[in-house]
Amino acid sequence: MGLATFKGGIHPYEGKELSENKPVQVLQPKGEMVFPLSQHIGAPAKPLVAAGDQVLVGQKIGEPGGFISACVISSVSGTVKTIEPRMVANGSMVPSIIIENDGKYQTVDGFGKERDPKTLSKEEIRNLVKEAGVVGLGGAGFPTHVKLTPKDESKIDTIIVNGAECEPYLTSDYRMMLEEPESIIKGLNIILQLFDNAKGVIGIESNKPEAIKLMTEFVKDEPRITVCPLQTKYPQGGERTLIYAVTGRKINSTMLPADAGCMVDNVDTVISIYNAVAKGIPLIRRIITVTGDAIANPQNYNVRTGTSYTELLEASGGFKTEPEKVISGGPMMGQALFNFNIPVTKTSSALTCLTIDEVACNAPSACIRCGRCVKVCPGNIVPQMIMDAAERSDMERFVKLNGMECCECGCCAYICPARRPLTQAFKEMRREVAASRKKA
Amino acid sequence: MSKLLNVSSSPHVRDQVTTQNIMLDVAIAMIPASAYGVYQFGVKAALILLISVLSCVLSEYVFEFLMGKPITVSDGSALVTGMILGLNMPPAIPLWIPFLGGVFAIIVVKQLYGGVGQNFMNPALAARCFLLISFAGKMTDFTYSDAVSGATPLAALKAGEAVDITSMFIGKISGTIGEVSVIALLLGAAYLLFRKVISIKIPAAYLITFAAFVFIFGQHDLMFVLTHLCGGGLIFGAFFMATDYVTSPITPKGQILFGVLLGVLTGLFRLFGGSAEGVSYAIIIGNILVPLIEKISIPVAFGKEGK
Repeated sequence: MGLATFKGGIHPYEGKELSENKPVQVLQPKGEMVFPLSQHIGAPAKPLVAAGDQVLVGQKIGEPGGFISACVISSVSGTVKTIEPRMVANGSMVPSIIIENDGKYQTVDGFGKERDPKTLSKEEIRNLVKEAGVVGLGGAGFPTHVKLTPKDESKIDTIIVNGAECEPYLTSDYRMMLEEPESIIKGLNIILQLFDNAKGVIGIESNKPEAIKLMTEFVKDEPRITVCPLQTKYPQGGERTLIYAVTGRKINSTMLPADAGCMVDNVDTVISIYNAVAKGIPLIRRIITVTGDAIANPQNYNVRTGTSYTELLEASGGFKTEPEKVISGGPMMGQALFNFNIPVTKTSSALTCLTIDEVACNAPSACIRCGRCVKVCPGNIVPQMIMDAAERSDMERFVKLNGMECCECGCCAYICPARRPLTQAFKEMRREVAASRKKA
Repeated sequence: MSKLLNVSSSPHVRDQVTTQNIMLDVAIAMIPASAYGVYQFGVKAALILLISVLSCVLSEYVFEFLMGKPITVSDGSALVTGMILGLNMPPAIPLWIPFLGGVFAIIVVKQLYGGVGQNFMNPALAARCFLLISFAGKMTDFTYSDAVSGATPLAALKAGEAVDITSMFIGKISGTIGEVSVIALLLGAAYLLFRKVISIKIPAAYLITFAAFVFIFGQHDLMFVLTHLCGGGLIFGAFFMATDYVTSPITPKGQILFGVLLGVLTGLFRLFGGSAEGVSYAIIIGNILVPLIEKISIPVAFGKEGK
């Protein structure tokens, strides 16, 4: 029997050996900290502080700006310098609270207060997660308390912990599975406490045998939790492909995991839920991999949110060769950065510094209709035809050919022998279609 | 930082395989058949191959140069067209015919439709059909070396004569330069499959359908079917020409449909048509139907089943 997987996908160079054996190091930031008010999907948070205010570690400095929104919590103690727009990883300017770190790390009252989750009601658990500002740490940043509150909680039968980490170069989830397996199990048990009919499944790609072995040992005495080894294939960790691999159920772009009775949470998110509920620590840090062939010392860090990428780079010894491209995230779906003066947010996952950029090195040539894009597409759509529609700006045809089902995983553009920027064109077109729908 | 960082959209890495590698693989896969053709038919065969390749590559270069278009000769697609065209020539052909064929293939069938990826017919096959119609006598003259008798196994079969299947496997028969040795062709096909340049879908659907058709409408005889499978460029066509990316369907189901269609057409042409052959015409007609086949075989998107 083969490992659980999905149809399509690719096997890019993994690059994990650079950092997979580097234990997570805690990085204490110096100087100015930047807290964008929008570090999640949904409405931006509203600031609760003003210039000159003193803040403490764990203090709420932004409150949710809507139903789908999340708190922003200070990760340091110090003085609020100003609130002004600052650039984030995707190049946009986002209103941000700037705090001068006093280096004392004084905490608010009740910070680190331990609780036994078993004594808490479902309502209390959801509220603690909300107050801790927890969002999905896999990249999208969906507010976790909203996810934990589906319309019909009795319909959720599978809680999937996403330990696939299929994106090349990234090793932060792997390190957490090796270093904090108990927190993951305890976090998952807290989620299971909310969903009486659910079982927990930890999905891990087969290229992380140590993690599979360790997690399997830890779930031995957990009747409701199993480990599901997955085939190593990108994008195995995508929500749709992961749900399919684990349960055989399919969801399309307009459906939520809950429609298939599932909920998917990244490894670090589950740990954050545990920290928020059982240890009284809100989301003020995340695990980041600093890696790539241009970095002197690839490393995994436990970083306070608000820290500048510049500090991460310095801690890793800077560049050993000049990078062609620096990416927030991994090479398949990450954002290329203009500069490093950008803060670590809840949704940062890695800083990948590549010396070569094959996208830029090879000019695209004519499509030879080889069909490789069709073979690798996990969405079972025909990128070649959709590209044709995108190039003609034919919105109607683009939608008719299921262009909106594209999950922007990048497999088609990766595999294209003519180096055509398929995914890139689809992103543009999908944005246009979404914008035109909003207008209508 | 001394230079600006590159800020293009993801994905930021690419696979190693390029159009050039693929074309090179196809060319490599045709080496056994070419080598056997030269061994069987002599230096003249090498000359024919050389001229058709040069004719294709030069036509592409000259046309693109004159039109002020980017020169795409280095992508290897003209080389592949030239090889296929040359392998489709009978060994006794006057040398100006493959030259003319190359010019027709590249300029009329490929470049006038927009160059690589835009032609709706396989250029080499379209050129072959053009030559078959224009110079029927010369294109079906299968005498070679010491004026060895001309009938191809399929022509002999059609005339009711006995055919030696072992000679067909090895290639000790009359025919075009590239189609005679089944073993050499299968060697190349195995290479293409191994390198994942082609998938088995089109050739398998083609050959199975064809075999079933010939069995049902032919002589209900397995030897008869086997002779048909080994003869007349079917193997060459199924693995090297029907699988041409540009002129075959891109959808997985469409590829099966395309193979089935080719099998039926080839069977029809061979059993009920005027000429002993039929592969080239079947593929050309199949090429024309590709847009239609694709239209009816677009896959259902993930999670959209039953909607």
